[in-house]
Amino acid sequence: MSLQNINVALIGNPNTGKTSVFNELTGLNQQVGNYPGITVDKKLGFCKLPNNIKANILDLPGTYSLNASSIDENVVIELLLNKNDKLFPDVAVVVTDVENLKRNLLLFTQIKDLEIPTILVINMVDRMKAKGISLDIPFLEAQLKTKVVLVSTRKGSGINDLKNAIVDYKNLSTEPCLNASVIDPEYFDKLRTAFPDQLLYKLWLVITQDVNFMNLERKEIESSFAKSHADLKRLQQKETIKRYQFINDTLKIGQKIDLSSASDWRLKLDKILTHKIYGYAIFFGILFLIFQSIFDWSSVPMEFIDSTFANLANYAKTHLAPGELTNLISEGIIPGIGGIVIFIPQIAFLFLFISVLEESGYMSRVVFLMDKIMRRYGLSGKSVVPLISGTACAIPAIMSARNIENWKERLITILVTPFITCSARLPVYAILIALIIPEKRVLGIFSLQGGTLMLLYLLGFGMAIFSAYLLNKILDLKTKSYFVVEMPNYKLPLFKNVAINVVEKTKSFVLGAGKIILTLSIILWFLGSHGPAKGFDNAESLVIKKVKAENRLDDTEYLNDQISAHKLENSYIGIMGKSIEPVIEPLGYDWKIGIAVVSSFAAREVFVGTLATIYSVGSHSDEETTIKNRMNAEIRPDGKKVFNFATGVSLLLFYAFAMQCISTLAIVKRETNSWKWPAIQLVFMSGVAYLSSLIAYQLLR
Amino acid sequence: MKTTVDLLKIGDKAIITHVDLDKIPLKLLEMGCLPDNELEIIQIAPLGDPIYLNVNNGSHLAIRKETAHEIEVEILEP
Repeated sequence: MSLQNINVALIGNPNTGKTSVFNELTGLNQQVGNYPGITVDKKLGFCKLPNNIKANILDLPGTYSLNASSIDENVVIELLLNKNDKLFPDVAVVVTDVENLKRNLLLFTQIKDLEIPTILVINMVDRMKAKGISLDIPFLEAQLKTKVVLVSTRKGSGINDLKNAIVDYKNLSTEPCLNASVIDPEYFDKLRTAFPDQLLYKLWLVITQDVNFMNLERKEIESSFAKSHADLKRLQQKETIKRYQFINDTLKIGQKIDLSSASDWRLKLDKILTHKIYGYAIFFGILFLIFQSIFDWSSVPMEFIDSTFANLANYAKTHLAPGELTNLISEGIIPGIGGIVIFIPQIAFLFLFISVLEESGYMSRVVFLMDKIMRRYGLSGKSVVPLISGTACAIPAIMSARNIENWKERLITILVTPFITCSARLPVYAILIALIIPEKRVLGIFSLQGGTLMLLYLLGFGMAIFSAYLLNKILDLKTKSYFVVEMPNYKLPLFKNVAINVVEKTKSFVLGAGKIILTLSIILWFLGSHGPAKGFDNAESLVIKKVKAENRLDDTEYLNDQISAHKLENSYIGIMGKSIEPVIEPLGYDWKIGIAVVSSFAAREVFVGTLATIYSVGSHSDEETTIKNRMNAEIRPDGKKVFNFATGVSLLLFYAFAMQCISTLAIVKRETNSWKWPAIQLVFMSGVAYLSSLIAYQLLR
Repeated sequence: MKTTVDLLKIGDKAIITHVDLDKIPLKLLEMGCLPDNELEIIQIAPLGDPIYLNVNNGSHLAIRKETAHEIEVEILEP
């Protein structure tokens, strides 16, 4: 028997458990990439099937139909229309929810029209009894001309049946289950005669959809078969009605629902969760819980990581042969990696909470509750999802703004989301708060530091809402306002889905940010430990001369400190820092902080790593010191602490408002298709940041 | 009695009689808002907008009042 790889595409409406089926089939054997040129996640997994057959499983973005209204949905059509794509499916698996068969089958009938072998998976069959649903499978298989597989990803049943069905794909019928061309026989007859070797439904999709397919032919088709926009719409409506007629007729016989045995806990939950008082109270309670717990729960692993890396750097310094390479490892690479790893607990917690809120179906209720309020600020209820995910990272958050139908609301959401405190700001906040806010508890429960963090989150959120309000007044865009949101059934999140989601997202975030941080810390180390010959190379003799004059030559510790401080000041980085000092001095920053601020313009999380690198370049290895201790020990020439209250507050405000993330700017450019918006964002946010820090420092010092 | 969806109350059931495709998105049709299908008002958000519907026995969705205004229905007597 020869080895062969079958291409399988998983297709389905959102909220049908498509990704659960994908996870069941592939386990952790999956990779997330990007479709070329666009930022839609491409999830590809591998699966061993019976008879030694292997399958590439592609999890396509959720879509309600083949009439695309977003780039995510376009991906599905472009793949299904392009037989030459190396992932073109040998078999399509359409995943449906047993409670929502009627609507889910619309997409199924469209896929069938493309004459691709198709398996119909009916998922969540464990709920059939509670909902009083019974199905006539042989009848459905005959009507829909397919193989039906009943699956329950919650109970883990049916996956083997699905694998067997995939192996057997050659025996699946490729016949369409209804004839859509009856909506305008004359027109479709002409099409058929003009393009005899093309599939009729495929031609129809090319005419109605804006997809990159057969560009040459597309022109040809359009010139001779052009119809007005209104006519096309009318035909699409007819097509949809036609399909629903077929589906309703099929399910009338194939599906029985006994309403008397159906439980109504969904209704009860909806009444509470969307209640005018309890609804909001529960939502804000959940938010409060998330933030308070993230700061409390992740502090233990974070402290552990912090001190582990400090120990590791020391160990490397004392146990490796002294030299340039050892210095690079102990002063550049280890503190740099530590600065990334310390993120992991908080990011993982944030992704965990967001993933649970999404999976359970609760997020849609929040969208419903918040829509009217958000509209006052030019946002949509759907902006809640980007704004909440923005607490993890602005990049996926801005991408999730895609399902906002109204362009103006979507644009405003994209522009204000970076104000939301993302996880990259957390380590900066964490270290600054630890330096300037005492570790006290108010009333015995609320930690003062946790409260400050909460305040910073509120500040970011407030600024986002305020800017949205301004933008809504300024921007003059005429757009049609559409808003359709599905209210999925409540589900207990599946542990496996949540776990895979958290691991994948954290991994890609840490690796992505990690590359930048690691590269920058190596560059910074080099710039910090090398300098122009004059003033740098003869540092030791210069300092010894100076210390001799002070009569403190026997104090070796003092001498070493002075030498490294002098070296750092005259290194390339020192020179760079000094040259920007006039700009940042009014904010209360010295040139070392200046370096950290400048280097974190690419990515704000670099701040802590940079300070770690700068301060370890200037430190000696005889004691274990964490970044925090080193920062606390820094003093100004006049003997005052560098990180005092005024400077700390000024830095916190700067990091709260400044646009310091090249990746976000790149995503905004892609999503808005112009450099205008990211440029406005950069100037506006940085301006707000500079001004507020300036005012705060001048008032507080 | 003929009316539009934005004027219905929580718990009302109605049959869709007409939708104006120039005023509502195709996506809504695909989710089941088609003539002759039944709909039920599940909930209306605290500030009177959006409206949460069950269309075609199983398709649960929320739409804004202005869109709901474009869907003509015939109320079913309870």
